[in-house]
Order: sequence, then C-alpha cells, then structure tokens
Amino acid sequence: MLLLGMSALPVLAADGKNTTTNAMPPGAASCSPCHGKQGEGQPTTAVPRLAGLNAQYLERQLAGFKDGTRKNRIMMMIASDLSDGEKKALATYYANMATTKAETAPADAAVIAAGAKLAATGDWSKDLPGCAQCHGAAGLGVGADFPRLAGQWAVYIEKALRSWKSGDRKTDPMGVMANIAGKLTDDQIKSVAAYYESLPVAAPAHASETKP
Amino acid sequence: MTRHPVAPSIAAAAVLVLATTGLVGYARATGPATPATGATPEQPPAQKTEAVRPSYTPPSDSDIPSGPFGDMIRLGEAIFHDTQHNAKGFVGNDLQCSNCHIDRGRQPNSAPLGAAYLLYPAYRTKNAHVNTFQERLQGCFRYSMNGKAPPLNDKVLVALESYAYFLAKGGPTGVVVKGQGYPKLKAPDQPADYDRGAKAYAQHCSLCHGADGAGQKSADGQTVFPPLWGARSFNWGAGMASINNAAGFIKANMPLGLGGSLTDQEAWDIATYMDSQERPQDPRFVDSVAETRKRFHDEPTSKYGLVVNGVLLGEKSPPSGTISAAD
Repeated sequence: MLLLGMSALPVLAADGKNTTTNAMPPGAASCSPCHGKQGEGQPTTAVPRLAGLNAQYLERQLAGFKDGTRKNRIMMMIASDLSDGEKKALATYYANMATTKAETAPADAAVIAAGAKLAATGDWSKDLPGCAQCHGAAGLGVGADFPRLAGQWAVYIEKALRSWKSGDRKTDPMGVMANIAGKLTDDQIKSVAAYYESLPVAAPAHASETKP
Repeated sequence: MTRHPVAPSIAAAAVLVLATTGLVGYARATGPATPATGATPEQPPAQKTEAVRPSYTPPSDSDIPSGPFGDMIRLGEAIFHDTQHNAKGFVGNDLQCSNCHIDRGRQPNSAPLGAAYLLYPAYRTKNAHVNTFQERLQGCFRYSMNGKAPPLNDKVLVALESYAYFLAKGGPTGVVVKGQGYPKLKAPDQPADYDRGAKAYAQHCSLCHGADGAGQKSADGQTVFPPLWGARSFNWGAGMASINNAAGFIKANMPLGLGGSLTDQEAWDIATYMDSQERPQDPRFVDSVAETRKRFHDEPTSKYGLVVNGVLLGEKSPPSGTISAAD
C-alpha cells in the first residue's frame, strides 16, 4: 500500500533524474489542443494517442511531415516550423508520458475477435503476416520501426492503414506497411483497428520500479 | 491416439518411402547416403518435379472437431504458434516452430506440417533408421529449438502430432505434395558469397533480425523477430544450418509477406552469410570440431568446421541444449 501510494509522487532515480515529472517543452503548447494535455489523442477524429510511443518513432514522424513523406495538412504546417532539437524534445516528452484510457463505447465483440485473430495469425491466402509478427504479441511495438499499437484509437489506425494504402504515408522502412495495408480489406482494417483500441494503453514508466 | 488418415498401413508406407523427405527436405540427385547436416536426407531418385506433384489443401480451423481430439489438435497448434510458452521445458533458444513453418505450419514452401506428416514414418540418414513422426519432432526440439527432446508420447509430442495429423487430412500418404519442404533452388549463377550476403542481409533482413542477427524483442521481453545466429538461435545440427535449406526458405518466405521478392542469387548469398556465423554447438559433437565436421557436416552446404573470416566455425560455439533455469 505504502509503495503504491508513493508511486504517484516524484521519484528520483539513482542518477538524480526525475522519473515521474516530465518537463513540457515549449513546442508542446501547439500539440495539446489536438493531442491533449496528456497526449491522449481523440477517439473520434483520428488524432492519435502519443503518450508512450517510442521517442525515435515520434521524431521520425515529425521529420516525415516536414519532408513530405507523410502527408497531413495541419501536421505538415506545424512540423515545418520545428527545429531538429524541438522535434527531439517533443518526441521524448510524449514518449515518457503515460495516461489512463478514456472510456469509449467498446466495439462489437465479434469485430474485436476477428481483429484479434487476424492480428495473431495474418491471412496467408494473401501472404499477409499477422500484425503481431512485427508489432509483438501484445501490440507493444519493437524499437523505433514498429510502433506500439495497443491502446491506440481505432479511427486513427484505420486512417493510418488507408494512408499506407494510398501512398499518403511513405515513412515505412522497406515499404513494409504499403505492402501490408495494400492487402487488407476494409473489413479487416476495421477489425484490427478495433482490436488494438481494445487493448490497454502504456503503463506509467515508473510503475515497475515501485513494485515490491 | 488416432488412426492414420489413409488406409495403407504405416509399415507399408515406411517400406515404400525408403529414401525420404521430412519437415525440411532437399533433393540430392546422386551420391551415397552420407550423414546429413540438414533436418532431412534425400528424396527418391524418381521424384516427380514440383509442377506435377499432387496438391491438397489442409482443412480449415473450423474443421477442428469438438471433444478431446479437437482439444489435442488445438493444444498442438498453440504449441506450434507459441512454443516458448507452451513447450518451454524443451526449448533452449528464442525460436517458435512457426518462425520457420509460416502460417502455423500451413504455408506451402515453408515446410508445411501436413505435407511432412504424409511422409512419415520414414527412413532418415540423419540417424540411420526408420523414424516415426514423433521421433522427427524430437529432432526439431534437439536441433532447431536447441533444447531437449520431449520423451516419446509426451503430451507435447502427442499434441503436435495430432495437429500435424489434422493438417494432413485429405492428403495422399507417402507422396511428396506440392509445396512440401522448402523449394530446391538451382545452383546460383555466381558461387554464393559471404560479402555479397552481408550486404544483402543489411538491405533486406537487418531491419527485423538486427544487424547482429540476434533478433529483436518487444518492451515486455518477448521475442518478436527471431534470432538467426548466436546463442539464442538454432544449433549447428538444425536443418536451417544447411545453406541449401536456408536459401530455399529465404527465397520462398522472406522478407515476411514479401516471399519470392529476392533473387535466387540473393537468397543463396544471404543463406551463406547467415550460416557462416557462430551458433550453439552441434549436440552430436564428438572429440573435435574436425571430427564432428567429418561425421556430420562433410558437405558444401555446411560451414561447420571451416574457417570463415578467420573464425573456425564450431570452435567457440555456445553450448547446445541450454534450457534456462528460469523456465
């Protein structure tokens, strides 16, 4: 109990770094109107949850908006004004963030179940690997190239997959996502998106440190 | 357990399929039967070519019956899909069955499980006797999974056998079907080359498997991309440590979801690069690296016991059969 209570307080790690407070970089003021003060994104407007995503991955997305390999009118405008240092600071800020999940009406259980199956095993009649084969069995992501999907908003995932398909997004190494998204039907896109939204969001980074 | 899917007796099938194939097969047109490094020995000389082989489609998931038999099939599938968790006492590396047998053992040209089941029991030069399917599965654990063989009739083997039996349903027994094993690539135009392989690996493979071949894990510590060499990969006795098997697998299945996109030359080069790296010792090791090569690796498809980049492969291999105490 004591430890649990303490986890909400700032904790100083051995190196003196504050592991619970996450100083807001100046540029974040232009992110929070859409992405939220807690980096939680918006469940209905395809604004992604940023909290807990890999820092290098986030930095690359900002670079992609700047160089045009990822197309989005508002984000291209915002990213064009950011220096490399600002991009890095923002990416780190949101990567270190952990927020709770807002309650939304859950998707149809059968749709989620279909998404879970597709995510785990793929659809090899189309040479389509399961999402989990790159993003991990729990959808936590791998490094900077394979982002966390667990807890991401379904509407955003759907939009992202359609962007890979249409070529509005070309930030994927080796064109892996263009290949994957090009093989997905609309129903498959909806079901995997619903599945990943149904999974838990990133836990606070310090939670494991305070476990007894 | 269950009955064989097609009427002819197991014994008869064993006699007919004297020279054999296995979970991983490759053709060897001529020459005496020498101990093979790969998971599989040679095929019959009169083997039909791929184009005229019969094909069959494994039943779908919804065909799994209810009741104890269905439960055992589902357990086998679970072991196959997530070997790390469901057979952990027998696994000594970070691999899953499904890493080398794509689509839970269903994908043609990825050594599909049903096609292998149809060929057993079978004589294998690897151990010079007629093997049951369970014995063949034991080999997977000993070599490919760098672990230890579950005892015959252990639940893990019975479950995997049940799953394979289910996938084989409707296929012709004792016959090599389309997509069995890995494809046998023609010899490359230029001799396979380590340096060219290193470049192609960096371009096509390292994104997932890492520049050091160690694979990659997700934040929860679970392996997502399997290690291709080093202490946590398959050992020197595995079929995939044979360059011809690896080249066929890579050509047909890699990069995942983009099978067939590499040239034959690239597949041979990458396979040569991958199979010229250190990996856990061959569990059949006897006396010395030289003696072990002589007995089990004396063929051009194995780099074991040869010097590559100044390293005598096999000399500093991590131990085989490393079942973690934490398991």
